[in-house]
Amino acid sequence: MDKIIVTISGILGVLFTYWFFLMKRGKTVTVKDEIEITIEGGYSPESISIPKGKTSKLTFFRKDPNACLEEVVLGDFKIRRQLPLNQKVTIELTPQQTGEFKYSCGMGMYHGKIIVR
Amino acid sequence: MTQIKKTFPIKGMHCASCVLVLEKSLKEVVGVSSANVNLATEKATVEYDSEKVSDKELESAVANVGYKALIQEEMQSEDKEKARKLAELSALKIKVVWSLVFGGLVLWGSFPGLRDFSPKILQNFWFQLILATPVQFWAGWEFYRGTITSLRHRTANMDTLVAIGTTVAYFYSAFVTALPRFVESINVEAMPYFDVATIVIGLILLGRYFEAKAKAGTSEAIQKLIGLQAKTARVIRDGKEADIPMGEVVIGDTIRVRPGDKIPVDGIIIEGESSVDESMVTGESIPVDKTTGDSVIGASINTNGTFIFKATRVGSETMLAQIIKLVQEAQGSKAPIQRLADLVSSYFVPVVIMLAIGTFVLWYTVGPNPALLFALLNTVAVLIIACPCAMGLATPTAIMVGTGKGAEHGILIKDAESLEIAHKIKTIIFDKTGTLTEGKPKVTDVIAYSGFTEQDILRYEASLEVGSSHPLAKAIITETELRKALPLEPIEKFQSVPGHGIRALIQGKHVLAGKEKLISDNNIATDIGRLDIDRLAGEGKTLSLLAVDGKLAGIIAAADTVKPSAKKAIDNLKKLGIEVVMLTGDNQRTGNAIAQQVGISRILAEVLPDEKEAEVRKIQAEGKIVAMVGDGINDAPALAAADVGIAMGNGTDVAIEAADITLMNKDLQSVVAAIILSKKTMRTIKQNLFWAFAYNIILIPVAMGALYPFWGISLNPIFASVAMATSSISVVSNSLLLKRKHII
Repeated sequence: MDKIIVTISGILGVLFTYWFFLMKRGKTVTVKDEIEITIEGGYSPESISIPKGKTSKLTFFRKDPNACLEEVVLGDFKIRRQLPLNQKVTIELTPQQTGEFKYSCGMGMYHGKIIVR
Repeated sequence: MTQIKKTFPIKGMHCASCVLVLEKSLKEVVGVSSANVNLATEKATVEYDSEKVSDKELESAVANVGYKALIQEEMQSEDKEKARKLAELSALKIKVVWSLVFGGLVLWGSFPGLRDFSPKILQNFWFQLILATPVQFWAGWEFYRGTITSLRHRTANMDTLVAIGTTVAYFYSAFVTALPRFVESINVEAMPYFDVATIVIGLILLGRYFEAKAKAGTSEAIQKLIGLQAKTARVIRDGKEADIPMGEVVIGDTIRVRPGDKIPVDGIIIEGESSVDESMVTGESIPVDKTTGDSVIGASINTNGTFIFKATRVGSETMLAQIIKLVQEAQGSKAPIQRLADLVSSYFVPVVIMLAIGTFVLWYTVGPNPALLFALLNTVAVLIIACPCAMGLATPTAIMVGTGKGAEHGILIKDAESLEIAHKIKTIIFDKTGTLTEGKPKVTDVIAYSGFTEQDILRYEASLEVGSSHPLAKAIITETELRKALPLEPIEKFQSVPGHGIRALIQGKHVLAGKEKLISDNNIATDIGRLDIDRLAGEGKTLSLLAVDGKLAGIIAAADTVKPSAKKAIDNLKKLGIEVVMLTGDNQRTGNAIAQQVGISRILAEVLPDEKEAEVRKIQAEGKIVAMVGDGINDAPALAAADVGIAMGNGTDVAIEAADITLMNKDLQSVVAAIILSKKTMRTIKQNLFWAFAYNIILIPVAMGALYPFWGISLNPIFASVAMATSSISVVSNSLLLKRKHII
């Protein structure tokens, strides 16, 4: 009996893990000129949309002391920037191509998305 | 007028009206064209004419309205961040020491084999609980904090795995300690596993400590470059000399540089001469002689003489600042090889959690007795051994060290992709003039006839050519000075024959100098020099014939000379298995002459500037990865078309802009060094990725208990934590080993 309960709980646990981590649908925030992205256990907002050919200011504000998050890497824009704790760091982007561009922390564990429209 | 843009923090802002006041004050400074102040970021962005406005004036404008401009803030904030990191590291060290000491004591009192030799108190479960609790919730707090903040975003990371794994071990042990009889009633030995929780936390924190120290080394190159900047400049203003901070130097300032001084900014020498060591910026090992009119690079070191120069580029416009920017951009870019690791690491942690759940279910249902304990330990081992960090660190750390090492040798790599492609180069095309050769003619032969000496020939020709800006005339004058064939003779009745040469009277003698046609048109026999004329022309050299009083007196031959490093560089490229091609606009004969000297057998001669790109594409069509090395404006399309465009540092801005790799010095060995650097960096990346993937692919199944059915082997979570702690360190350390590799 206990084995059946453990097995069912395990299956439910796997399904919950899959749903919780891998099926989340983040809301995309449309940026007019500038936006502040708070870093605390991830990027908030995680997905932003910026216009093509226009300069948008992304201000990263790291509140999380996790060493993993001390750098942000926007590989498609050739930007790797140190993010001192509790300080705002502004990155200006003037994208020339539309599309979805992912960015991440220095170790590639936390991810964010920039949609150029 | 030099328009620049600067962004700096402002202290003391609190409302929207502050923005207006500050913008107004900054705009009133003469020379400021625009000022934008952002309340959210508390920063001002000012566009101004750097010849008219200094940092001090901007600071005053801000101070006048009651705020403080922190123009040097970037530097200060870096120092603050460094201090914070050091404090963080020492706090981490304390946690590592205490958790390993407490963990060690718990391990001594509980680990089979060790327990028998331990004091009785250490074997007491309640005492073990007392030792384990601060380790779990004080030293291990950062794992909980990381987990909680991540879960809010529905993400998971390393912290999540460690927090779940150690929490399971800790609470199971606490439960066994508090209710041993209940545990025994379900046929499980009442044995706590506090050692697992404490040692795992201690070892993973130890791993983090070493990893943080090693990671700091990967960005050392940028710090070194920043450290090259001079702190002050000795500026002459209104006849007075004073040492002023670098931030106050403006374009047009006159600056004195004394022996041993660091040149503060880029400029042009207006008085004096010296020898300058530019090795730290360009990688050029031999000091370069500089005199009036020559340009100097900021951060290079003056060796012996004293000179005064005019600043032409300051602040973010200097060559050093541009190099730093380029290296930072390269380090921020992603290599295509990293894509797979990125994809895997974005799914990694949730998948490991699912595998851990599966492991528990599997061993609980089919595992050996006591199944609960066996399932629990294997689950904890899976959570602890999984290491996504090694995958995330494998490529960027190597790219950072590789691009940084390149910069130290005067090799600037535009991005990680260029570095990756460079290791696959099969053919290198060299533009001839200015790349393989010096790009300026030099006298190679002086031949005298009819009783004249070589000194006479040089003196006569130099006397006629003095004042001419023709490259051949310059070469003759330089050679005359070198051979000390002076003084020059006074000339009379100077007459230029456009396109052919010069006629004049020297000491009453009729002298003609120029092309062979000029001599023969004046009915002067050239038979005496015929063999030499044909031979030298056959070698692709430019000739100037000299006739004195109706007789051929001598010949001066000049040619563009091959760079001293060319032959060795080409030999080394061939040793690397790379085909070398020379491309030139010259005729086949001249091309052959140069190619023979440097050992190139494939020559593309008589290629017009606009055909260079097509030639590159033709070789690409042969299925080869092609690099193009050039320096001129007309090389830019070919550099852009090549798989890897390599611009020589003395090249034009257009060529550098189009290139993927820029060599700061004229040494062609740098081309070889760039390719070797690319090969070694890629080898390191591949080793790192192999290690990171193999580690997880092999050890996760082992931790799940895959070996147990065959050999009865299962992994103790403590050993899992040892493996995990060493995996990221080994990847970062392997990247750091690149620093020790020789590329030249």
